[in-house]
Amino acid sequence: MDLLIAILTLVLLAVVILVISAPLRVARRAGGIVISGEQTAEDRAELQAAREAKYREIRDAELDYRTGKLSQEDYSLVDGTLRAEAVEILDRLAALGGDAPEDT
Amino acid sequence: MAALGRACLLLALAVCVYGIGASVYGVRTGRLEFSESGRRSVYALAGILTVAFAVLEVAFLNNDFAFNTVADTSSRTTPTFYKAAAVWSSQEGSLLLWAWLLSLWSSLVLFLTRARMRDVAAYATAILLGFGGFFVSLMIFYANPFQTTHPAPVEGAGLDPLLRFPTMMIHPPMLYSGYTLCTIPLAFGMGALLARRVDAEWIRAIRRFAFAAWFFLGIGILLGARWSYSELGWGGYWGWDAVENASLMPWLTGTAFLHSLMIQEKRGMLKVWNVSLVLATGTLAIMGTFLVRSGVLNSIHAFGGATLGVPFVTLIAVLVAASIYLVVSRRDMLRSEHRLDSLLSRESAFLANNLVLVALCFVIFWGTYFPLISEALTGKEASVGPPWFDRYTVPLALILVLLSGIGPAIAWRRATLANARRNFAVPLLSALLTLIVLLFAGVRDKPFAIAMFCCAAFVSGSISQEFFRGMRARGAMAHEAPLVALVALVKRNRRRYGGYIVHIGIAVLFVGVAASSSFQHASELGLSPGQSTRVDAYTVRYVRPTASVTPDYDSASTQGGRELSAVLRSEPGVTLAPDSARTGASLSLGAVLDVSKNGHHVTTLRPSEGYYDSGDPTQGSVGHFIGGQPVSHVALNAGVTRDVWSAIAPDIETPQLKRIIALGNKTLPFIRPGEGIVAIAVMAGAYMQHPPQAQFHFIVSPLVMWIWIGGLIVTGGAMIAIWPAPSAVRRRVAARSRARAAHGLVRA
Repeated sequence: MDLLIAILTLVLLAVVILVISAPLRVARRAGGIVISGEQTAEDRAELQAAREAKYREIRDAELDYRTGKLSQEDYSLVDGTLRAEAVEILDRLAALGGDAPEDT
Repeated sequence: MAALGRACLLLALAVCVYGIGASVYGVRTGRLEFSESGRRSVYALAGILTVAFAVLEVAFLNNDFAFNTVADTSSRTTPTFYKAAAVWSSQEGSLLLWAWLLSLWSSLVLFLTRARMRDVAAYATAILLGFGGFFVSLMIFYANPFQTTHPAPVEGAGLDPLLRFPTMMIHPPMLYSGYTLCTIPLAFGMGALLARRVDAEWIRAIRRFAFAAWFFLGIGILLGARWSYSELGWGGYWGWDAVENASLMPWLTGTAFLHSLMIQEKRGMLKVWNVSLVLATGTLAIMGTFLVRSGVLNSIHAFGGATLGVPFVTLIAVLVAASIYLVVSRRDMLRSEHRLDSLLSRESAFLANNLVLVALCFVIFWGTYFPLISEALTGKEASVGPPWFDRYTVPLALILVLLSGIGPAIAWRRATLANARRNFAVPLLSALLTLIVLLFAGVRDKPFAIAMFCCAAFVSGSISQEFFRGMRARGAMAHEAPLVALVALVKRNRRRYGGYIVHIGIAVLFVGVAASSSFQHASELGLSPGQSTRVDAYTVRYVRPTASVTPDYDSASTQGGRELSAVLRSEPGVTLAPDSARTGASLSLGAVLDVSKNGHHVTTLRPSEGYYDSGDPTQGSVGHFIGGQPVSHVALNAGVTRDVWSAIAPDIETPQLKRIIALGNKTLPFIRPGEGIVAIAVMAGAYMQHPPQAQFHFIVSPLVMWIWIGGLIVTGGAMIAIWPAPSAVRRRVAARSRARAAHGLVRA
């Protein structure tokens, strides 16, 4: 029984070391993990999140208008503002090269 | 196997220490392989703790009393169903459950964010591993679940009878899931502050986890309330107990966060407030865990007398200091991007709701920790009771329910008074009609309850109107039938309409709370068989006593079991195992009660009291069978309009019954437990032949069922809100919005 437990413990230890050290081994073989354009990708992700939030806001405003919570006048004003903000985000996203391939 | 468990704990601690170092080194030096290795440490921790938990679970199921925690909280006679749950009934086992759940949830969030916010996630990894390391250290140095004794005892003390209740299988895992999930937003919030990336992306990453934390905590709280109502002999579902309050506080701040995060997502506002709420919620979750384990406050739910106070206080102090430092030092980047457009907007309603929720949390915090504060200031321990809590929480709860009807009826950004008048007409009419009906029905002397009913009607009117108008708008736009339009509306706006359903559930729940606490009728008295009493409009008659004896589950086919069967045949009315509540009580004494109203039979109730084996030899070879803590098994006739609740406390201290026990203790040896239980059967027979007066507790409460129905509605709404939209739908919706935005620009 003691031997079995010792073997189980060693197996567990070996698995843990393998799992944890995998990125280090890969990096050593490849000379370090480098993700090119990391900052750009993060900026793009942030803008994509902002864009989705803005689209949701536009939809919410429309739903508010259609359910009678916004007057025509207020809706036009809010919708125009939101669309202008959306354009600004889209422009900034376009400046970064647009959506990443997986998002299109 | 205990050695494997101990090795797992040591390995887990080593993994935590390594993972923290690797994550911080990786993010500081930009070497992603180390950050990645740190993230994988969390996966490894989850794997190790899964093995450790499995080892302990197997020990419980195999009655391995060499494990101290198994010997202390389980026994051969504990039903298997409860043996599996006994793991988390002890301090040691519950710490393991906490750490295990933390590692699982942490693995999930880090897996989902593996390609995003690498710097924030790396700091969050280090913080989550810090929590993991803290709990693993507690187990290694203070409360080791794998501590053993040799030679192993032949029998364990058994699971606390109070915990032998089906919801106790699921209540702690739900609560602990909620607590551990609360630490995820905290870790990412701190990570965002450390990485100086306080935009909405970290909020987007943890939104579902914050919701899940709220969801699980809510279910845990509700199950705890249900356990209290159905199992504890006092007949209530909420007693403002310190441990109950400890779970409610992070739920309240979590609720506030779930509302205010929408404002940051949409408007870039309330960044300081949101990050503070996240940090407060996580810290309150740790404080809740601390309360259960430190023994600083008395509670029926606490492990008591424990020695974990100092490490927990240290952790909480570090968390509070770090939170304050991070928020203050990053205050410049936490400035709002926009201001409120109008005081009459949904943002304003959310802000008001946040203030009420935080005020509620503060009141509960003060009341809960008052004994400690009082002792620190005056040297004398004083505490506040339910009336104190009610005085402050009831008005705040009224405002909260009202706001949950106001918010949905106001638009984001701006609303005009004319719109508000039109949108509030139906809710106000609902509230007014409710008030008139109540006054006509003669309900006049409970102003807070009346106010709550009216507020709930206001919410119902507001939400029903929202669904109706949304359905009509959707039907007109898409040319769909009303029902199809309603389903499509909810599916395409899950967060909004799921949230509305939650609001309805909360209103229903509060109606149940207000009605059951304001219009309850209770009676406590002694009755002999044949006697009756009146509770509200009901007549309750004590028809006859009941008794059942449960032998050792393994002994039914043994000599002792056969002797017992023979004795029971000669004891009319006494039944053989299992006891009615199936909780492993050696002896169960109860009553058959006939409940009638205006001469018509309503229901038959069978409350009982279970007597458990104490395992204490000083109580004698027979006395120990019933020497444990007696537990009341409540009998309940629940309905949508009212519950009839009953509990019994039989008198087993009569001279005749005591004489049987004393004689058995004197003549029967310990080595033949089968004969000891025969003596208990004889005692049960004597009780049946000459039943003494028993003490009864009767309660007739209106609308208690609404609390549980409200909870189910909240759960359903939360599941709709939390359920992710199918990616295809999401893409389609996004593409359509994109096209519409572009179309709008062309028009402009």
